[in-house]
Amino acid sequence: MAKSKTKYVSIPSTTILPERDASREPVLKCVNLGITLGGIKAVEDFNFTVGRTEIVGLIGPNGAGKTTVFNLLTKVYQPTTGTILLNGRDTHGMNTMQVNRAGIARTFQNIRLFKNLSVVDNVKAAMNNDMRYNMLSAILRLPNYRREEIAAHRRALKLLSIFDMQDMADVRAGSLPYGAQRRLEIVRALATNPSLLLLDEPAAGMNPSETADLMDNIRKVHEMFQIAIILIEHDMSLVMNICEGICVLNFGHVIAKGTPDEIQSNPAVIEAYLGRRKESA
Amino acid sequence: MTMRRLINLKRVEARRIYLTYGIVILAYIICQTMSSTKFLSSSMRGMLVPICAYMVMAVSLNLVVGISGELSLGHAGFMSVGAFSGVATAILLQKVLPFAPVRLAIAMIVAAIFAAFAGFLIGIPVLRLKGDYLAIVTLAFGEIIKSILNNFYMGVDSGGIHFSMLTDTTRLLKGGRLIIKGPMGISGIQKISTFPAGFILVMIALMIVFNLVNSRSGRAFMAIRDDRIAAESIGLDITKYKMMAFVTSAALAGAAGALFAMNYSTIVANKFDFNTSILILVFVVLGGQGNMLGGIIAAAVLTILPEKLRQFSDYRMLLYAIILIVMMLATNNAEIKNFLTRLNPFKRKEEVE
Repeated sequence: MAKSKTKYVSIPSTTILPERDASREPVLKCVNLGITLGGIKAVEDFNFTVGRTEIVGLIGPNGAGKTTVFNLLTKVYQPTTGTILLNGRDTHGMNTMQVNRAGIARTFQNIRLFKNLSVVDNVKAAMNNDMRYNMLSAILRLPNYRREEIAAHRRALKLLSIFDMQDMADVRAGSLPYGAQRRLEIVRALATNPSLLLLDEPAAGMNPSETADLMDNIRKVHEMFQIAIILIEHDMSLVMNICEGICVLNFGHVIAKGTPDEIQSNPAVIEAYLGRRKESA
Repeated sequence: MTMRRLINLKRVEARRIYLTYGIVILAYIICQTMSSTKFLSSSMRGMLVPICAYMVMAVSLNLVVGISGELSLGHAGFMSVGAFSGVATAILLQKVLPFAPVRLAIAMIVAAIFAAFAGFLIGIPVLRLKGDYLAIVTLAFGEIIKSILNNFYMGVDSGGIHFSMLTDTTRLLKGGRLIIKGPMGISGIQKISTFPAGFILVMIALMIVFNLVNSRSGRAFMAIRDDRIAAESIGLDITKYKMMAFVTSAALAGAAGALFAMNYSTIVANKFDFNTSILILVFVVLGGQGNMLGGIIAAAVLTILPEKLRQFSDYRMLLYAIILIVMMLATNNAEIKNFLTRLNPFKRKEEVE
């Protein structure tokens, strides 16, 4: 833990990219966000802003606190300090479910699908809050049940077709191949109509060609839905290619922010990943 | 493409639903003809209604255990709430509604409402728990319901309905009738439950559960069962859906309790004890969690079996236990399953996984 002694300078909250137009108003703004887990400050002074329709990468060595940031944003953990503003609204006191309804959807590092449901039902489960029929219409199969179910089914198939998964609609999600499971998680997250999508290591365990496909798919999703995306990823080619801005975390602190080019030549980032030269130590 | 070899869930499930309805209707027709042509022995005829009640119990518990994935060990408690409220309603309506089927229907609806309310009250604390803890607390609540009903007195006279707890302090006027007599339960019940009524209740229970499972609520139940954290992350209200499954299940159990009780002349709270809860759980586990048809068949077989084993007198329960163990082993045996799959021409193509 020699490195933890390093004095980190808190970087002020600014959008990573300069404001281009009015549509770049922030979808997410974290101010001095922090959490203490078991006496350890897992994330501290996290100042971070994501503009509407921005793709931002969140990178850092293992254990830097990247997934913890996602868990804070989705309220799996309640932050001990700081505030999160989502579309200008304070998410204080909200739980995971309410944060999702307010516009954050996520995928998980270790895939969390509804394994015993069919692929299309995984997506339709995520559309649950959009469906307008009650238990009684379901039991009696009233016309509004049929109407809503057909509409949801169509929309689910349409979403699946973005990722070329419409043929697998009636297959059990747990029996899908690994890559398809990862894609299905993204589709499921999109089905909740988010304004901010959090992708936790979407390319983990994928081969280079699958990663390239994934990159295209993320771009496609970004273009089609015009949403902001935060991406945790260890695959640097993916991050550098896709992200407009990058935020680097180490030991729970933001050590650098900037465009991919700036990050690649940032001495603090190189130090975090590769360590310090012997003579300078 | 490899996808074609994976199971098409939609087709498998649709077929299972039609098969379940079909088998229940067929079984009803066969039993009804056998019963009306005096082909069934009187002991078997007397068991038709309890079998229907247990089938509904199996279906309703399957909604909690199989579909929602929560182990409930107090299901007989809801059955007893339904039995007592249903029978009391039937007795109160005896003079107003002389036509028995309507009285039975109203009694079952009232029973379902009371049991649903009990399910809601119990659900508030219980559904905050998870897994083993939830199971143990449901067990405790099952016992609490039994104790309450064992100490509950209710009577009716010209002044209205009177209640009391622990001791009979209802002090009924002349001509009044004490309906629920604490540990003595209810006696002098008119046996208005009929096999057709039982069959209709089984069909209604199946319709409610199947239609609920194939709706947004059912998807939510199963999503929460498969992954609670992911379910929260897509905005599902965990508490609401757990409660919905629990209350629906309790309501069906209440209706089944009313049906069951009105097949006997007396009913006591001790009939619905922990053993009954476990018996219902055995139906569900033996039939396969989430498999309604399996639960129904298990309910029928395990209700008839003790009667059929009566000729072995002292060895009856021993044989019952051995048969139960053998059935559990056989239904979970991969080789036997494979063998049955090979016999089934429909399944051969699809069971590749």
